[in-house]
Amino acid sequence: MRNGTSDVLNQFRQGDADAFEALFHQHQRAVYGWILRIVRNPATAEELTVETFWRIHRAHARFDPERGFAGWARRIATRVALDWLRTSRTESELSMEACAEVAAPVQADPAVTAEIRRKTALAFGRLPPKLRIAATLAVIEELPQKEVAEALGISVVAIKLRIFRALRLLRKDLEEQGITP
Amino acid sequence: MNEQDRERMKKLLRQSLPPVNSGDEPGRDLWPEVLRQLDVNLATKSGDSVSHGWVWFDGALAAGIVGLVAIFPAAIPMFLYYL
Repeated sequence: MRNGTSDVLNQFRQGDADAFEALFHQHQRAVYGWILRIVRNPATAEELTVETFWRIHRAHARFDPERGFAGWARRIATRVALDWLRTSRTESELSMEACAEVAAPVQADPAVTAEIRRKTALAFGRLPPKLRIAATLAVIEELPQKEVAEALGISVVAIKLRIFRALRLLRKDLEEQGITP
Repeated sequence: MNEQDRERMKKLLRQSLPPVNSGDEPGRDLWPEVLRQLDVNLATKSGDSVSHGWVWFDGALAAGIVGLVAIFPAAIPMFLYYL
């Protein structure tokens, strides 16, 4: 089985179309789920999953089978999602607002009204994309910081710093709106 | 901002934007779309290279003819005869 997987990875590296299709079917769900966590919109996540696999195909010659496919695909997916956050700021802010309105928190603090949640989501959507992506994955999704750091291609210390800056900017934005978190 | 403030901000953030269900799947099969994108991009790429090749070749041919005519003006009637 291990040899079979290794064969597929080697074949993909050489540009084999069947190996690419096999890897697509094996990893599309994980890639889609990862992107969905960042962009929080199913239609956008589908579109970016297609874009991710196109970039994966384009970069096949640079793929190192020794390092595995999942982590490599996740790094490419993260870059695709980050590019989208940078270029579609209005759309991504609307996604944040929609999430705040649709999703009812499981253990909601009664002191936090729906209006405060909406304003927090909107303020979060206004953060610089590279801070937002770190805070989304490490704080909201509660993923291990090491995993987030690997996906973003930066150190764990840099992730901690980005989260700190994201929370500080978010607090400042809310305070300017008269909300004291 | 101290540790307590950070924890309060994290809690507020999680209440405002709850985590998405990571087990979600795409609503449709994305493979046909990946194939379509591959076809479109490959076709554009190959089209570009052919077109750039011809632009370069056409330019070189035109420059050669202009140079020849400038050096040998007497060759103009011969060129016109063969056109």
